[in-house]
Amino acid sequence: METTDIAIKEKEATSKLEKVVNDLSIQVATVNGSGSQSANNVLLRAIFRMGIPVSGKNLFPSNIAGLPTWYTIRACKYGYVARRKEIDFLVAMNPETAEEDVMSLGPGASVVYDERLNLHRLRDDVIFYPVPFDTLVAPVCPNAKLRKLVRNMIYDGVLAKLLGIPMEEIHEALKQQFRKKPSAVDLNFNAAQAGYEYTEKNLPKRGRFYLERMDATRGKIIIDGNSAAALGAMFAGVTVCTWYPITPSSSLAESLMSYMKRYRMDPETGKATFAIVQAEDELAAIGMVMGAGWAGARAMTATSGPGISLMAEISGLGYYVEIPAVIFDVQRTGPSTGLPTRTQQGDILKNAFLSHGDTRHILLIPGSVEECFTMGIEAFDIAEEFQTPVFVMSDLDLGMNNWMSDPFPYPEKPMNRGKVLSAEDLERLGGFARYRDVDGDGIGYRTLPGTKHPKAAYFARGSGHNERAIYSERPEDYVNNMDRLARKFETARKRVPAPVLQESEGAEIGIIAYGSTHWAIVESLDQLRQEYDLPVSYCRIRAFPFPEQVFDFIRRHQRIYVVEQNRDGQMYELLRIEADAEDIPKLRSIRHYKGIPIDARSVTDEIVSQEGKK
Amino acid sequence: MSTTVVPPSPPAKVNRIGLELSDYKGAKSTLCAGCGHNAISERIIEACYEVGIEPHRVAKLSGIGCSSKSPAYFLSRSHGFNSVHGRMPSVATGTMLANRNLIAIGVSGDGDTASIGIGQFVHLMRRNLPMVYIIEDNGVYGLTKGQFSATADIGSKLKNGVVNDLPPIDTCALAILLGATYVGRSFSGDKKQLLALLEGALGHRGTVVLDVISPCVTFNDHVGSTKSYSYVRDHDAPLEEVSYIPFFEDITADYDPGTTTEVTLHDGSHLLLKKLSSDYDPTNKTEALRVLTEAHDKGEIVTGLFYVDTKQPNFIDILNIVDEPLATLPESRVRPPKAVLDEVMESLK
Repeated sequence: METTDIAIKEKEATSKLEKVVNDLSIQVATVNGSGSQSANNVLLRAIFRMGIPVSGKNLFPSNIAGLPTWYTIRACKYGYVARRKEIDFLVAMNPETAEEDVMSLGPGASVVYDERLNLHRLRDDVIFYPVPFDTLVAPVCPNAKLRKLVRNMIYDGVLAKLLGIPMEEIHEALKQQFRKKPSAVDLNFNAAQAGYEYTEKNLPKRGRFYLERMDATRGKIIIDGNSAAALGAMFAGVTVCTWYPITPSSSLAESLMSYMKRYRMDPETGKATFAIVQAEDELAAIGMVMGAGWAGARAMTATSGPGISLMAEISGLGYYVEIPAVIFDVQRTGPSTGLPTRTQQGDILKNAFLSHGDTRHILLIPGSVEECFTMGIEAFDIAEEFQTPVFVMSDLDLGMNNWMSDPFPYPEKPMNRGKVLSAEDLERLGGFARYRDVDGDGIGYRTLPGTKHPKAAYFARGSGHNERAIYSERPEDYVNNMDRLARKFETARKRVPAPVLQESEGAEIGIIAYGSTHWAIVESLDQLRQEYDLPVSYCRIRAFPFPEQVFDFIRRHQRIYVVEQNRDGQMYELLRIEADAEDIPKLRSIRHYKGIPIDARSVTDEIVSQEGKK
Repeated sequence: MSTTVVPPSPPAKVNRIGLELSDYKGAKSTLCAGCGHNAISERIIEACYEVGIEPHRVAKLSGIGCSSKSPAYFLSRSHGFNSVHGRMPSVATGTMLANRNLIAIGVSGDGDTASIGIGQFVHLMRRNLPMVYIIEDNGVYGLTKGQFSATADIGSKLKNGVVNDLPPIDTCALAILLGATYVGRSFSGDKKQLLALLEGALGHRGTVVLDVISPCVTFNDHVGSTKSYSYVRDHDAPLEEVSYIPFFEDITADYDPGTTTEVTLHDGSHLLLKKLSSDYDPTNKTEALRVLTEAHDKGEIVTGLFYVDTKQPNFIDILNIVDEPLATLPESRVRPPKAVLDEVMESLK
């Protein structure tokens, strides 16, 4: 039969290489809307259940159905979870991209494909496993309407057999996937089983990639950054969330909605201790956040680049009127509509100064799903302590992809509501001046509407104002206010999350990176040391304003590579604005802006090249 | 020995919660002398005093423009927020979400509402957010020195001779169509009618829209303007005579029952509408829209309460929010216990 024909054609070399265990990447190429997501999640979770560190990345189009989509799973015993450039196993289900997908593989890779596509003719240095998907799905799924969805489960069974994933783990993963639909578990498992059995009978294993049980995922969780951030907001005590749908942030608000409905209904009255409102646009979403923050609520919105642009004017109002707000920016590839389903770190410069006139905003930059959670909490504290909008700079890779993580820690500190005066405080003080720097930290005291005291009220305004919030165009009042705001920003420098430093002994050079880029850096540092004997230190920035440790790190090293996922080196530019003049020439820039998540090899190659090692 | 007898000063007049009229005043107005907006501020002060509103419960909200400056000129004991051009509805919405016990009074202009702010305005109407939304309508941009706004009538003329060739947006018709539940129009110079409409508005728990024609003495009070004092006086066709009876006073029978309609508001107060037009029913949406359309055709400015509906649930009701302000709920009610986090974490393993 055909399968054996192919085996003969293969070059001998490909099957004789050393066995590789628990270090491989799988790419599943399907048509968007064909229901492959469940099959991919089950595969990911089954590998996770085997105790092997794993990560999954969805490269999908801006489309509901019809366009090509790819899902990559990386299993790695070393714990690397960044995207890997090389694909070891391709599951080719999409006729439109199959040829290109096959041609882009390295020699020795394997291809599981729909038999009808006849891909084996394309190359003789990769291993082909043809599978008659349609023939296999018909008997296990009598309902023809469901076949399109269920047939994807067949490749889970094929891969389980070829790689060594126990079928009971596929079964357990399925039960978790379809927790509320037991009938779907059976249906899908039968499909996987059909794939497994077909492979057992017809497709002898070749190639060198294997998965074996290990013990590196015990106690860990799998979650996407948007759900993690939503959980953070819930445990931060958020009470108002107003938002407008935009990829890739919608799932943050939607996830919040489902958690809040479950865990934040008042047990006595059955009423909500929150309000979540889908606004008419981002202007209204941020306007509602401002009104709510002014009136004392912990208020947030979630958006992405185009939404941020619409929020610019009101963000400036928040800075100048001094209103707490939390804005989750799940960044995507711009400008304009750009690549709306692809990742980028493209809003760093814009958000740092978002508004008109002199404005600087606090940015928190999570580098993991756990930090999406912890910073999701801390952002609300900082916003209220500093009475200002705080931007949490996530991105599509972090927000929408599944990541392995330690379970999240319950917040240790109570909520910090900042400097708010009660009616009793006002009685004792005899009044207050809203914008006076009483404590020397640049942060004034505020009152909330509804405070029952004749001296409680003040008039919040975006126009020039003096310490008492009275309209003023006097030069000294304006300067006094702006200087105090600058002082407040300096206070924030000491309060925001410090960078995470990883010093390498004898390192002349350092890497500065942030956000989801972190995972490629971790791997690249090992590559540089192991392959090029190059020790490199690493500073992961977690906030703007940059804490002093960032500048110390730059001072300690000869050359600094700022690695990021945008074309213009936005963090590099921001560091050049802020760094000491004599340190600026040390800064170099490495940029990755293809829309797909950055990989370690790209970073390593670029550093090696700039260091003249190649 | 001469003595001067000083008569004791009469006790200051106070309202039902013991406050004087002066407790409701604001800062000195910086608008032009004779501006209709100042008259509206005075009526707001009187209405709050008469009804006995607690100033600390009021949140004053506005966008940008001459009108939007005016919240500084009334109720200085109330928190105020002069926000961004055209965005007052969203800021008001957020404020009410944070603290449902507040009484939101929004002041906007015709530009702030019908041009830059029309998007947020229509969505505010849809939500029936409990608030009083006052449009100080002069058909012109005052603060940028006299450009037409979207409520300027077709054919009306600017001081410099420019004629408006586009039809106006009728904010009242729009509000009624989209879900506002207390909609009226008045004239800044009509003290009695405006006061009664405002007093009724303060007792309503839904979106109130009051479009108040407020002539701009500097840029839109000349011959050729359809929003000048003289034009409005000549073309004002009151729909009914509006009289307000607070919830703490009995209804006195000084209206002929045959020609009046009584509207009971949420707080128990009453509006008495003496009909000038024989068959006008302010609870009939279709009739309200018909009257407004007909007035446009005739070139009349109809004033009065066009539409009222006290049955519709407001946005806060729909959201099923707890009775206390969300803003100040204690940590114990907004941060779930560790057991909840453990449960969620377990489900992700």
